[in-house]
Parts: sequence; structure tokens; C-alpha cells
Amino acid sequence: MIRNFGPSEILFLIESARWTLLLTFLAAAFGACGGLAVALARVAQTRAIRNFATGYIAVVQGIPVLILLFLSYYGLSRAGFNLPPIVAASISLAIYASGYLGDIWQGAIQSVPVQQWEASASLALTRPQQYRTVILPQAVRIALPPTVGFLVQLVKNTSIVSIVSVVELARAGQLVNNATFQPFPVFITVAAIYFVICFPLSLASRSLEMKFNAYRGG
Amino acid sequence: MFGLHFGPVFARSDALVYGFWLTLQLSASAIVLGSLVGLSAAAVRNMGPRPLRWLVQTYVEIIRNTPFLVQLYIIFFGLPSLGFKINAIEAGILAMTINLGAYSTEIFRAGIESVHRSQIEAGQALALTRLQVFRHIVLVPAVARVWPSLVSQFILIMLTSSVCSFISVEELSGASYTIQSETFQSFEVYIVAGLVYLALALVLKMAFAALGMRLFSRRRIKPIALHLPEMQP
Repeated sequence: MIRNFGPSEILFLIESARWTLLLTFLAAAFGACGGLAVALARVAQTRAIRNFATGYIAVVQGIPVLILLFLSYYGLSRAGFNLPPIVAASISLAIYASGYLGDIWQGAIQSVPVQQWEASASLALTRPQQYRTVILPQAVRIALPPTVGFLVQLVKNTSIVSIVSVVELARAGQLVNNATFQPFPVFITVAAIYFVICFPLSLASRSLEMKFNAYRGG
Repeated sequence: MFGLHFGPVFARSDALVYGFWLTLQLSASAIVLGSLVGLSAAAVRNMGPRPLRWLVQTYVEIIRNTPFLVQLYIIFFGLPSLGFKINAIEAGILAMTINLGAYSTEIFRAGIESVHRSQIEAGQALALTRLQVFRHIVLVPAVARVWPSLVSQFILIMLTSSVCSFISVEELSGASYTIQSETFQSFEVYIVAGLVYLALALVLKMAFAALGMRLFSRRRIKPIALHLPEMQP
């Protein structure tokens, strides 16, 4: 039976957007921990650690999210973990996020003037103290606009995990389309829901950027 | 630890090679066409009439704030329902072109806006036409400045081409999916595919960097640091 694309279908799409948001949240949370580690490793004093972090970023940024997803999906099951798809999906998105956030945050840490390092070292602060009280608070402000901008990418890339049948927004759109055969209204609606999530983030990123530039200029 | 078996995967290397070739074709088409779209849209945004500028801005915002996958679905499933016949590869190239077009519009715009007003005035003082000013004074330094950002975006669209496997395009990811369903060596297939993508990304990066050196080296223009937070990975 072919169903019509009506209010209950639209409601189903909106409800499935919860999973999109949950995936984004999980990936952002774990990706942020990983990304911070990568960023700190990228500016570490030991060359080997720096090289490892550089390699990690190059690998994650050189492989499509889809392949990262399949690698963690099949890799985990091969290693004997029988995990639901949403876990593999969150892990792969977190790895993806850590590669990009690590890159963004490394840039932010390095854009803190070197004099700040010297001044805090002359106050006999240890390296963890330097990071905590002097460097990171300044780096956070620099990093905030591109980080919010990256969240937009993360929201959009959660659509890719629909291939391992996690029923998030894109997969829900597919299901509704299979039931209604009205691809145009269905996918336009799906796109509109994504837009409603992403556009405010884009605007926030841009206004933070302007705020920061104004501060630098003044 | 896992006991990996690459034998069955390499036995199907014909499918992988074909998939790799298709990935290259998709990416090359999208890069050429998408850059042209982006360049034209940036030119319109810079000096077109107001309604057209607004139209370009809407296009850029809509594309940058919706997933590529949904754009692909709208083109592949939506267009035929409106009576336009389109096959999967054409739909993939069209979606990638539209996607890259939006991102490169923003990149070109940043470059164009970085050209100093006095340069343009100097060109006008030499009685160059509007088009001549745009071509010789604005465009070349603009592209030279944003070349690194543009190259990153080209590599991202190459990686994005993997999503075309969702609509059964047998490019590298699609071929990998077929092979894993035949051989059940799923982990091994995707290790190989991942390495191929990684190698391609690195080679493209170096090739475009060399091309940039060749095209722009004599002009001694310092690349500007672009703050484009929404660059698409």
C-alpha cells in the first residue's frame, strides 16, 4: 500500500532527527577528548609524539567518513565485539571529529603568542600549569568559531551512518520515501530539517568570528 | 590479532581498479565543473545585480547547511519524479558539482574581497574595461591567494565522492562494498580502500601544490590565512 506524505510522516522525520542530534552529541563529546589529545600531542616537546599526531591527522583527513565507518563497524566485529551499529557509528564519527578538531585546536594553541609561553615560564609555572592558566584560555577563544563551524560538518556527516541502518534523519527519509514514493517532498523536508539544525550553528560561528576579529582589531 | 586475509580481496583487484578509475573521473569532473560554477557565482556575488547576489547567497547557504547525501537523493530520486531522466553517475557528478560550487563560491569570494580597492582603481585609471579589470587585476591574485583553501576543498570533494556509492555508483567505495559482499573479507577490503583514498589524497595535494607553484610562483603573492570555519570535510 502506498501511503501519502502527510503530517504523521513529517512527525516521524522530526522525531528521527533526535538520533541525528544524539549521534552528533556523542561524536562531538568523544571527538573533543580525542581532538584535545591530538592537539596537545601535535605541539608536544617530543618529536616522535608530534610526528605521530601529524600522521594521525593526515590519515583521518585523507580517508572518507564512509570508509572510517566501515572500518570501525567491521573491525570491531572482527575483534570479537558484538556492538550495535549505533556504537560503531559513534566511534567512527568520533575518530573523524578528533582528526579535524585536533587540527583546528593545534592551530589555535600555536596562535597564542610565544611571549605568553615565555612570561609564564619565567613565573616558574610547570607546563601543565602553563596550559591550564595561560595558554588554553586564550586558545579557546581563537578556536571557538571554527569549532562551532565544524559542528555543522559533524551534523551533516551523521547522515552517512544511515548505511549501517541507524534510523537517523537521512535513513528515516529513505524509509518514508520507500513507503510514499514521493521523493521530492520527502527529501526536501529532510533537507529542511537539517538546515534548521545547521544554519543557526553557521550563523553562530560567523558572529563569533566577527566578534573575535573586532577584538583583535581593537 | 585479527588474522587478516587479503588474498580474496586482491583476486578482485579488477573491480577495485575500475572503482578507482571511476572515483578519479567523478572527482575530476566535479573539480572542473564545480570550480567554474563557484567562479561564476563569486563573480556574480561581487558585481552582479542585487537580486542575483541574493540568489547566489541563498544557494551557498542552502548547500552548505544540508548534507551531501540528501542533496544526492534529491537529485537522483527527485529529478526523475519530476520527469528528468538521469543515471546514477550523472546524478553523482551533478550533486558533487553543485556542492563544490557552493563551497568554492565562498573561497573565491574571500579571495576577490582581499584584492585592494586601489588596485582596481589603478586598473580603471588605465582605461581597462570592467571585465579586463576583473580578469587581470582581481581574478589572478585572488585565486593565487586562496589556492591552498581551494586545494583542500578539492580533496574533500574527492573524499565525498565515496557517498555516491549510496546510489549504486560503483566507484571505489561501491566496488569495495560489492567485493565484501562476495568475499566476506569486509575489514580487509576497507583497509585497502582506505589506503587507496589516503594515497590519492596525498598525491592530489602534492600535485595541486606543484600546479599552484607553477601558476602563481612569479607573482609573489602571499597566501592569506582563510577563516572559513564551515569548510566541508
